[in-house]
Amino acid sequence: MRRAGFLALLAPLLMAQAKPELVPDVSQRDIEIAYSFTGAELLLFGAILYPGGRAPAAGEKPADVVVVVKGPTESVLVREKSKVAGIWVNADQMRYRSAPSFYAIASSRPIGELVDERTRAIYELGLDSLQLSPASAAAPEVQARFDRGLVDLKRRNRLFYEAPRAVEITDGVLYRARLTIPARVPVGRFTAETFLIRDGRVLAAAVRPIEIRKSGFEQFVATSAEKQSILYGLVAVGVSFLFGWGAGALWRRF
Amino acid sequence: MDLYLPIANLSVNALVIVALGLGVGLLSGMFGVGGGFLTTPLLIFYGIPPTVAAASAASQVTGASVSGVFAHLRRKGVDLQMGGVLVAGGVLGSMVGAWLFKILQAMGQIDVVIGVLYVLLLGSIGGLMFRESIGAIRVSRGAAVAKARKRRHHPLVAALPFRWRFYASGLYISPLAPLLLGFFTGILTMLLGVGGGFILVPAMLYILGMGTQTVVGTSLFQTLFTTAVATMVHATTTKAVDIVLAILLLLGSVIGAQLGARFAARARPEYLRLLLAVIVLTVAARMLLGLAWRPDEIYSVTVA
Repeated sequence: MRRAGFLALLAPLLMAQAKPELVPDVSQRDIEIAYSFTGAELLLFGAILYPGGRAPAAGEKPADVVVVVKGPTESVLVREKSKVAGIWVNADQMRYRSAPSFYAIASSRPIGELVDERTRAIYELGLDSLQLSPASAAAPEVQARFDRGLVDLKRRNRLFYEAPRAVEITDGVLYRARLTIPARVPVGRFTAETFLIRDGRVLAAAVRPIEIRKSGFEQFVATSAEKQSILYGLVAVGVSFLFGWGAGALWRRF
Repeated sequence: MDLYLPIANLSVNALVIVALGLGVGLLSGMFGVGGGFLTTPLLIFYGIPPTVAAASAASQVTGASVSGVFAHLRRKGVDLQMGGVLVAGGVLGSMVGAWLFKILQAMGQIDVVIGVLYVLLLGSIGGLMFRESIGAIRVSRGAAVAKARKRRHHPLVAALPFRWRFYASGLYISPLAPLLLGFFTGILTMLLGVGGGFILVPAMLYILGMGTQTVVGTSLFQTLFTTAVATMVHATTTKAVDIVLAILLLLGSVIGAQLGARFAARARPEYLRLLLAVIVLTVAARMLLGLAWRPDEIYSVTVA
């Protein structure tokens, strides 16, 4: 009986004989947004378990590691400005059913050198391979224009980025990458995906969830604004009154 | 000193926001305007989402006008009857404003409308104020002779039915005129996050024909209540009032307002008006450039 249990425990290792496996982890499973939050730095690290427990020999081609951190998807409306009667107004628009609110990809080598276009599209590897399911039908060139606009805007807000060569692999078995998460990220469930790639094929993949939420006072303010909006408004007005009146009263004393 | 804003969902430098409030408060103390017309664009320029900026600026204006209202009440500079009518109009106006805000937001044109309104309002008011203050400065230097202005309300106001007596202002006019004025200011408060003092004061002087001794106090009274209502409406509809942002702004602006009031007591009013006119025209010109020049961001993303 004890022996059977021991075997069951070992099973994943034994079965990993054929292909290498990934044992990924992240430095923080929960990121709490408090008053001093200016963004977070995530350390994604782990080990590559090769069959037989040996590191690849010096002559062997080493595998590459790609890590992707994605924010919760949201349905967004992208608007495009154009000049109408001398002023710039929002003219054209495109709705997307699910676009990631945050997307960061780090790899040990530029992603274009690792896999072909088809694989990139399947695993959403790289900013030009995101599956941005549009909700409104549009001509392909129009959609491509809006896709570029969306990605470009998000990239300049540092909500989307690529970090080629940001994954360090030590001795072919340990990898680590640092990714920064800016303060502007939405709250929700993030995922950290790790891919092991060799010869243009994805050998192993693993996902770890990361929860980002507001904590303490920030959480309290956000939920009261949403759920107790009347009370929240009254408090906001009351605070303004108090500040104005208090400053005036204090000032007259001196 | 970075601080995370829980509603705007971003972190800002708290000192910058307090300094911004201080500067705006200084102006509001000096000129008796709420300063919302500066806060909202400056916040947007700093990267705060426009809706959050307008909603939080409204509560800052409330705070900035409180001490002014008390000061004017003490020296009987508030026509409470007139103020009541204006506030009633303002409340109705902010309801309509909230409805307009929603429609424009859904159409994606809210930013453009805010920009155009700013350019038109600030441009015309600033232009008028500029001309008037230059004239006053010429008079004070003896370069021109002041024309005695007969204090009369606009003929359109006289044409409105059922007149009331407003004793504190010494007026016998239809309450519909201040009601409508309050109504339009209420819409502007909701859309732009401004108190509307810079429109109310000239309108009360030149359209209603009120005396200067009650104009500023009554305008502040209306501003106080309309911005408080606008804050409530924003809190319940757009849910964009960021209380942390508002407190930071208030912290600066209440101190600035007191400093500004002291400074204004020593300065000459026509030069102050000229300075305000120049500031208003600068903001209008900046907004106009923003509309006419190719924007940095062609695309914008809203979460639907």
